[in-house]
Amino acid sequence: MSSAATTAPVLPPAAQAPGVIHTRRPSTLTAWRWELRKLVSQKRTYLGLGLAAILPLIFVLAQSLRNHRGHDQGNIFASHITQSGLATPVLMLLFLSVFMLPLIAALVAGDIVAAEDGNGTLKTILTRSVDRGQVFAAKTLAAMTYATIAVFLSATVATVAGVASWGFNNVVTFSGTVVSAPEGLLLVFAANACYLIPLLTVAAIGVLLSTTTRNSAAAVVGTVGLTILLFIVAQIPGIEGIKPYLLTEQYENWHGLLRTPTDWAPIWHSAWVCALYMGPALAAAYLVFLRRDVAGG
Amino acid sequence: MLGTRATEDTARGEEAPPVKARGLLKRYKEVLAVDHIDLNVHVGDVYGFLGPNGAGKTTTLRMALGLIVPTEGTVELFGRDPMREGARALQGVAGFVEAPRFYAYLSARTNLELLAALDGGGAKEHIDEVLDVVELAPRAAHRVGGYSHGMRQRLGIAAALLRRPRLLILDEPATGLDPAGMRDMRTLIRRLADDGITVLLSSHQLPEVQELCDRVAIVDSGRVVYEGALADLRRQGGAGYRLRSTDDTRALEVLRAQSGIEHAASGEHGLSFQAQEQDVGALSLALARTNIGILALTPELATLEDLFFRLTEGDGAQGNGNAESIAGTATATGAGDRASGAQTQDANRKAVEIG
Repeated sequence: MSSAATTAPVLPPAAQAPGVIHTRRPSTLTAWRWELRKLVSQKRTYLGLGLAAILPLIFVLAQSLRNHRGHDQGNIFASHITQSGLATPVLMLLFLSVFMLPLIAALVAGDIVAAEDGNGTLKTILTRSVDRGQVFAAKTLAAMTYATIAVFLSATVATVAGVASWGFNNVVTFSGTVVSAPEGLLLVFAANACYLIPLLTVAAIGVLLSTTTRNSAAAVVGTVGLTILLFIVAQIPGIEGIKPYLLTEQYENWHGLLRTPTDWAPIWHSAWVCALYMGPALAAAYLVFLRRDVAGG
Repeated sequence: MLGTRATEDTARGEEAPPVKARGLLKRYKEVLAVDHIDLNVHVGDVYGFLGPNGAGKTTTLRMALGLIVPTEGTVELFGRDPMREGARALQGVAGFVEAPRFYAYLSARTNLELLAALDGGGAKEHIDEVLDVVELAPRAAHRVGGYSHGMRQRLGIAAALLRRPRLLILDEPATGLDPAGMRDMRTLIRRLADDGITVLLSSHQLPEVQELCDRVAIVDSGRVVYEGALADLRRQGGAGYRLRSTDDTRALEVLRAQSGIEHAASGEHGLSFQAQEQDVGALSLALARTNIGILALTPELATLEDLFFRLTEGDGAQGNGNAESIAGTATATGAGDRASGAQTQDANRKAVEIG
């Protein structure tokens, strides 16, 4: 700072005019955009996206090598995969939807509030002109945006790699019906969109834990742990009645799209079941965030 | 419509004091961090907020900025309560509590761009200007993660100035700075105050506060033990005088006989005593009546440091009496809405006098 004695005002005259208000409330969209900018600037962001992109590549590469060496002669599963590149994203969604994509969603959702609390930057942004509710909305939307990008990145990489390896051919649905390649492509992305319903619910739970625990690791592990717990609960004999209402059971909602005729029932079912998880989770997180003491940093 | 609202805001902002806290209390389970604190920061004040570590200063500032929910009481900034009005209550207010924090993985400039965006975007054009003020322009493109403590403090000031505040709340802004950095920080705060910005400065640097502040609040164990003009505190609390006369021997006898004069003593540089201002007037007349001429009669005010320790610790000579005076003051200032600022100040003066 300049130590030179000077009579010049530090700030231009307009700044000193009494009563002049130089700040105004920004839009939540602005806050959301900056949340994304923060994510883009952090290395950990690319860990999840990297996993989402690289796993389909590894799968396609491994499958291509097996085919090349003739290991899969007579393997029905492999022959389905190699009939059309569009089968790859479907298979990847089947694999990744159970654990990897919820983990990727939890990595950011569990961190998004707790990390700022721990670093003390929450107090920095909460003493500007943005309301707490806006900050919460922006963070929640950013966590969900990240989960969405991870899903479609994975689907895109799987589709491109699959088509590059095995062609843009007609594909067989779960009902055994053959659909054209363009329709198959549409179904692939529609299936991923349906899967977002339970995945964004996982992200909402991650945001709740991030807000309440104030600890990134606890929130990420807690979110993933909860999904594992629900899988275990689903295996308990005698509780078949509650099984359709477990969050993890909704991970397969998109299967209905790949049947002929399209079975919308599991999608609608997952929509309202997930709403029952997401609504209270976000409401609780919002209320905690609004009234919490920001004492960190 | 927006224009009307802004006008109303402006009018309201001019009338209301920058900070008005009443009965502010914060309890963490069994721990009472802040105990019925009243604060009155007036427009144009450079207001020192002093107290030992753990006295409740930072908790109070966090409540003022809406970061912590008070258990009881209210705080208003320019008439707006951050608990009720959220970010709207922080219009015209900027600063930081404890160390300013930034996104370590972003550059200083990007951090300021982010904060400007969260202030509605209008401040973005002033980023270069505030970086120049704190002399960080050459390092603006560097990531904050590589910044020294002092650079982060300066960036904290820059981030605050970006809001064009009318009230600047600074919590230990000179902490961790080298002597030149501290001097520069003092110069900057002085200049900001000269520009008409009200400053609420929490600091452990008592000489700095003595140099910069015109009003102070001293807190101890979560309670205000003094709030008022620094000059009053020093006058009432220290009230020492030095006298050189035409006949010091006889003058000392007069001093000892005169009511209201205490601790009269002869020293190397003349006589010294303690008294209230009105008693000094009577003394000069008494000296004149006994044909003793006054060569020099100079007030020697106690330093803020002396008074701070007297109010927050007590010294060996005054011990328990001082503790009682602190309790008395705290009661007076903790009376919340029941006590006006003037009454509080009177009670404080009395407490200091007793102490």
